[in-house]
Amino acid sequence: MSEISEDEVRREVRAWLAENWDPNLSLLAWRNKLADSGWGMPQWPRQWYGRGLPARMVRIVEEEFAAVGAIGCLRGGIGRLAAAVLLEHGTDYQKQKFLRRIITAEDTWCQLFSEPGSGSDLAGATTRADFDGKNWIINGQKVWTTSAHHAKWGTLLARTDWDAPKHEGLSYFILDMKQPGVDVQPLRQMNGHASFNQVFFNDAVVPPEHLVSTVNNGWQVAVTTLAYERRFAADIARPSRRGPREGRIYEEERAETATVMEPYKWYPQRAGRVDLIIERARETGANHDPVVRQEIARLMTLAQAAEWTARRARAAQSQGRPQGPEGSLGKLAASHVARGCARVHTMITGTAAMLTGADSPRNGVIAEILVSVPAVSIAGGTDEIQRNIIAERVLGLPKEPRFDTGPFRNIRRN
Amino acid sequence: MSTADKPVVESAQHIRYAFTEEQEQFRTALRRFLEDKSPPLEVRRLMATAQGYDPAVWRRLSEDLALPGIHVPQQYGGAGFGMVELGIVMEELGRSLLCAPYFSSAVLAASAIMNGATEEQKRDLLPDIAAGLQLATLAVTELDGNWDPRAIRLKATRAGGNYLLEGVKSYVVDGHTANLLVVAARAADRDIGLFAIPADAAGVARELLASMDPTRKIARIEFKAARAQLLGDSEDGLNALSRTLDQAAVALANEMVGGAQKLLESAVSYAKMRVQFGREIGSFQAIKHKLADMLVDVELAKSTAYYAAQAAAVEDPEWPAIACMAKAAASDTYVRTAAETIQIHGGIGFTWDNDTHLWFKRAKSSEVFLGQPNYHRELLMQRWRV
Ligand SMILES: Cc1cc2nc3c(=O)[nH]c(=O)nc-3n(C[C@H](O)[C@H](O)[C@H](O)COP(=O)(O)OP(=O)(O)OC[C@H]3O[C@@H](n4cnc5c(N)ncnc54)[C@H](O)[C@@H]3O)c2cc1C
Repeated sequence: MSEISEDEVRREVRAWLAENWDPNLSLLAWRNKLADSGWGMPQWPRQWYGRGLPARMVRIVEEEFAAVGAIGCLRGGIGRLAAAVLLEHGTDYQKQKFLRRIITAEDTWCQLFSEPGSGSDLAGATTRADFDGKNWIINGQKVWTTSAHHAKWGTLLARTDWDAPKHEGLSYFILDMKQPGVDVQPLRQMNGHASFNQVFFNDAVVPPEHLVSTVNNGWQVAVTTLAYERRFAADIARPSRRGPREGRIYEEERAETATVMEPYKWYPQRAGRVDLIIERARETGANHDPVVRQEIARLMTLAQAAEWTARRARAAQSQGRPQGPEGSLGKLAASHVARGCARVHTMITGTAAMLTGADSPRNGVIAEILVSVPAVSIAGGTDEIQRNIIAERVLGLPKEPRFDTGPFRNIRRN
Repeated sequence: MSTADKPVVESAQHIRYAFTEEQEQFRTALRRFLEDKSPPLEVRRLMATAQGYDPAVWRRLSEDLALPGIHVPQQYGGAGFGMVELGIVMEELGRSLLCAPYFSSAVLAASAIMNGATEEQKRDLLPDIAAGLQLATLAVTELDGNWDPRAIRLKATRAGGNYLLEGVKSYVVDGHTANLLVVAARAADRDIGLFAIPADAAGVARELLASMDPTRKIARIEFKAARAQLLGDSEDGLNALSRTLDQAAVALANEMVGGAQKLLESAVSYAKMRVQFGREIGSFQAIKHKLADMLVDVELAKSTAYYAAQAAAVEDPEWPAIACMAKAAASDTYVRTAAETIQIHGGIGFTWDNDTHLWFKRAKSSEVFLGQPNYHRELLMQRWRV
């Protein structure tokens, strides 16, 4: 446990903000200050742009930022995920090269894991990496790659040994997306947006210093990534509250949101927008329908329970206790909440739930909720996979019988 | 209420999301005591008796652990803790299904007295309840089983310094064994008042009801010109009653999640042991996923019950609304968990010899006691002014 108290942190961050926050700075200049001071990623180690604070303090820092309207680091996005993985598995060279530019958001990242033949079963990847004596040469295809069209870097899972068992022949690389051997093709989603892509590799090149961890040890690194992804999933969904917003930096942030964050603009909707439920019920008069009232109460209770469960997990963690089951179920609970929201928004909206666009309720937001929620129970590991994880790792139930042992080359696949 | 415009609960700064070290130790000690004193065989023995509890265990629970007065202030002979500790006790009692007049006396009656009585009455009545020497209960619902205080019809008519009670109460927990009854009645055809009356007073007739859950017995009580004392110094006891019911809802929610957790554990251990088609049934996804869903369900209900206790303990203005959430969520979860636990046990789960039905029946009785989930969800909406 750390010796520093919450009040001290609050005082420190407040003093630092009073000294440094200026809405007329450029976004980049401000984020550089965040990197130098460590206040952008207070939970990161001191030597790597953080302040070494325990995770539970992050909320306090965020609260103080919000109080003065100060902009933080990009909350969502794959960069955060890549950074967490690099802090755990990366070389000093890699940390030096990548971390700072993740904080300043000068680089955007994407995650090159899923393939046409392997999604839930990520370890079945068939994108290949072959060493030509100088570099790793990448060939194959990834899919559902969010943000690939903006990204400078991608975290790549590729096969480096075809004779080893499936989980023992993978390696984890950082790939430069802006090179001739990489071809990004957008994919249109059912909600009309195109935030994910197909990515084709034709002799794309990765220098050896961009291998994370060691050759054929990529699965371990991927598992770390997925664990962080489950943990961050709830964060991205949180719509942020904002105070006064005038100054150059806000203009630049709006521009950033319109471009870099563009793939994520429907993410609050995919989480269900529980925050709109009661407003909407009052707006439409559905709050007088006893059946709808029941459903609203049920949903709000579920959403609160999910939030309180996440806080329990954090509290246990910050007391240094082993995390209980409450830490593993956030993603599944978020799916339940999202689906519940879609159902109740439909009940509240009624016939107008057929409409989309400018004429539709809340300028299309409700329609977007309804066609975006199905992503929540798929992206970042499906609900079924979450259930397997909870059942096996938390409840200790026996594993599935396996049909994919032995050399990868011989395993049945798509 | 602060909730009118922003119904999503803003988590208050002072709410704790983890139990303290002391609270965890208290829980551990309690669990050990209950595993020793209330194994399923004992539950079965006691549930078959009319009295429904073991006075020797009650004495130890009162004298050694001071449980009946855990949330009663020290000046009235209690241990001086609050709703969080009461919640822990209830959760552990729910887990072990202890047959004892705890909910009736310590939770319902003691809370009603603390909320409604005068200083003098509290000093008179609470110490014996807190010490476990006096068994009290609270009579609210009548033959229609309606938990809304507005439905109360039992009449209290002023007679000298006292009141005469006339009418029938039903669904009174441990009403057949309690020595002291706290009765919610309509005074002067207007207000709801709380009245105290010894159970053996003239004009009181009690009858144990045949009920599904034999681990928590209920009685019907008829009052015919029965002489009772008004609690508090006004006939307006509605707020005291309402507060008592909310506290009881929080306590019961914690009891229910304790029971649900126990069921989940039993389902998981059976799924690991039982073999069909050459493999443990817990390796089939239909069972595995069901268990994962049960875990999520139980953890979410726990979070709500714990938060409700924390909020009530610090008198957060939101807490009565959260009490509704906790009661509704815990009821649904407990009933679902019990039904799925039977399902996972297969045929044996439907037998009298298997213990699952003991918790199943407690889940059922708790689901409807203090009002069904629907009732609490509607109350939540009203409290949020939706
Ligand atoms: C909006 C969105 C964004 C995404 N962004 C990215 C990204 O940036 N990078 C990236 O790499 N990927 C991304 N993905 C891909 C996502 O991780 C996969 O879609 C997901 O893991 C499921 O894989 P799949 O689509 O191949 O489905 P499959 O794995 O083929 O699953 C199909 C069905 O089978 C079920 N199933 C599979 N295995 C099991 C099992 N063992 N037990 C029980 N049921 C099983 C699944 O639950 C599912 O219902 C994104 C997906 C979406 C929807």
